[in-house]
Amino acid sequence: MKRIGVFICHCGINIAGTVDVKRVAEALKDYPGVVLATDYMYMCSDPGQSLIRQSIKEQNLEGVVVAACSPAMHEVTFRKASAQAGLNPYQTEIANIREQVSWVHQDDKEAATRKAIEHIKTIVEKVKYNESLIPLSLSLVKKALVIGGGIAGLQAAIDIATAGYPVVLVERSDRLGGHVGQLSGVYVNFNAARDLLQSKLQAVQANPRIQVFLETEVEELGGYVGNFTAKLKHRGSDGSEPTFSEHTFGAVIVATGHSLRPLSKFGEYGGGRYPDIIDALTFERMLAPDGPTGGEIRRPSDGQVPRQVVFVQCAGSRDPEHHMPYCSKICCMYTAKQAALYRQRVPDGQAYVFYIDIRSQGRDYEEFVQSAMTQHDVLYVRGKVARLYEEDGKVIAWGADTLTGKPVEVQADLAVLATAVMPAEGAVELAQKLRIATDEHGFFSEAHPKLRPVESLTAGIFLAGTAQAPKDIPETVAQASAAAAKVLSLFSQRELVAEPTIAYVDEELCSGCGLCIPACPYQARTMHPWKHKAIVNEALCQGCGACVVACPNKACKLRNLTPSHVLAMMDAYLAEV
Amino acid sequence: MRIQLSATKVHNDFIRKVEDMSGQDLLKCYQCGECSAGCPAAFAMDILPNQVIRLLQLGEHEAVLKSKTIWLCAACQQCYTRCPKGVDLSRIMEAVRDLLMLEHGDRIVIEKLPAETLAEFPQQAFISGFRKYTA
Repeated sequence: MKRIGVFICHCGINIAGTVDVKRVAEALKDYPGVVLATDYMYMCSDPGQSLIRQSIKEQNLEGVVVAACSPAMHEVTFRKASAQAGLNPYQTEIANIREQVSWVHQDDKEAATRKAIEHIKTIVEKVKYNESLIPLSLSLVKKALVIGGGIAGLQAAIDIATAGYPVVLVERSDRLGGHVGQLSGVYVNFNAARDLLQSKLQAVQANPRIQVFLETEVEELGGYVGNFTAKLKHRGSDGSEPTFSEHTFGAVIVATGHSLRPLSKFGEYGGGRYPDIIDALTFERMLAPDGPTGGEIRRPSDGQVPRQVVFVQCAGSRDPEHHMPYCSKICCMYTAKQAALYRQRVPDGQAYVFYIDIRSQGRDYEEFVQSAMTQHDVLYVRGKVARLYEEDGKVIAWGADTLTGKPVEVQADLAVLATAVMPAEGAVELAQKLRIATDEHGFFSEAHPKLRPVESLTAGIFLAGTAQAPKDIPETVAQASAAAAKVLSLFSQRELVAEPTIAYVDEELCSGCGLCIPACPYQARTMHPWKHKAIVNEALCQGCGACVVACPNKACKLRNLTPSHVLAMMDAYLAEV
Repeated sequence: MRIQLSATKVHNDFIRKVEDMSGQDLLKCYQCGECSAGCPAAFAMDILPNQVIRLLQLGEHEAVLKSKTIWLCAACQQCYTRCPKGVDLSRIMEAVRDLLMLEHGDRIVIEKLPAETLAEFPQQAFISGFRKYTA
């Protein structure tokens, strides 16, 4: 019989405060197969890991059970420790007696202790059947796909190509640059957005490793990390039929940007009916030297220079009742910039900014907003505008000054709405094609909000820019470079290593019925072309076990979780304690 | 009553004079309220010290002129000491009082006072210190 060691962790008082760890060790000591059962304050600490390594050597252990926290936390730690002592890492398993025992049974110490004992016994049974496994090696295509040609996509493409790897950059419109290409000057220094963009565009054009496809969208994406296959759809010129091309990539960066809440959604602000109530991007074009007015501020209705301009912040943001519940993050800053630019170009003009709160988090951001108030004489009014309408050639704004508690009215010539940042059109459909998650609004979800902010939950697909959430240019560029760094760390490996604890098919038992193929949520199952037996794509299989359930012949099995494993574990659970 | 905001109103002559006389930039104030929070006389005021500045920012000086607040201000400068933006509110209060007094003119004509009364008067600087309480 396998010689198994059981190591019970106190996790300070996290486990030992509820579970009687000494009694657990005592109960396991004489269990069949167990040659050592011991406890320690923190098994994951250096001395804890040394205890495991030393015991493996001294007791010639052939299997290890660490009764501790969730395997999501420290499975890798303890398997690595075992491997260092010469034991195959897949002979080490975790019995989760923290999340599944001590934390959920704090009010019943006796029951928690008994449950911990049962739980560890089942894992001991599992380890008895465990095979020694070798991690899988998968090939890796060192070429990246970047979806979206805005500032995020450009930056990511430049970083990857500069490191020496080929990049395909696809953009669905007919030009690169995205929203940044539409801006005038940027906060906090009024530098021309055109110049910023130009430096990136030149870097892309100068790099032979970057291949740009304009008017192109991703039609299909298959495969897996290291080996994605993409079908690209190229829009035909002059209405001709689209053409398609196929490529393979090792990694994908999604940088598809955002859209804005349309004016039609704001009935209280005219719903888009009034020419002199515009959104901030339209005003931005008015300020831009390459815009329709050549940088002159003229109101759309009659081409007059507006003498009074009302800026409305939070138009559609922070409004869970009617619009989007989140803060669009960029509006406070660009509104201050637009109001300041207006005052620079129309020195005798008056600008009013209606706001709920001012959020100016970033280097020099707060100072910039305050300079709009003091240097540029922009009047900030704390209160959201309730109504905008046109009367006798004026835009009438009804607001309130909540600081004095008085309602206010402005007879303005132009109103500019800071409309909410929304996911790009077609974001959800793209997410489905890429098999990545979106949040309830349609922004792509990161794998972890704090610790994995540039990865999607699908291995090999990374996120950059406003496709993930509202963010400004420096944040977007930083995230794009971070996503590129993730791609480069992937490409720096010779081959990919994957977990071997996945499904396999016993060809002797497989009847080729094919039930496992639709059961697989990862498209990892196909039929062998001439053997007529089901086969597993080892790179795609995530070891979920759906095929095991679907197979009527018990031909599908998971490595180290076979029916023998499971039945032995059940026996241990159901046995009298 | 809805306040009508306009360029001429928020930059009116009175506001300009207050800024000139006090040497303070009214728009520097971002309405954090620390002046009102620390003011030892705020309990007796009809509008809070920060609202004095706010109303001036909006061109609503009439409301300020009618308030008791400007007369209750003892110029202790607690507000200025604590102001994160360095706005000396006591100087603004003083400017408003001075403008109001200039508008109304002096009520005491010095020449008409008897010589013996005048001889008993303290120095003018001392008088000025109390003057705001008598307008």
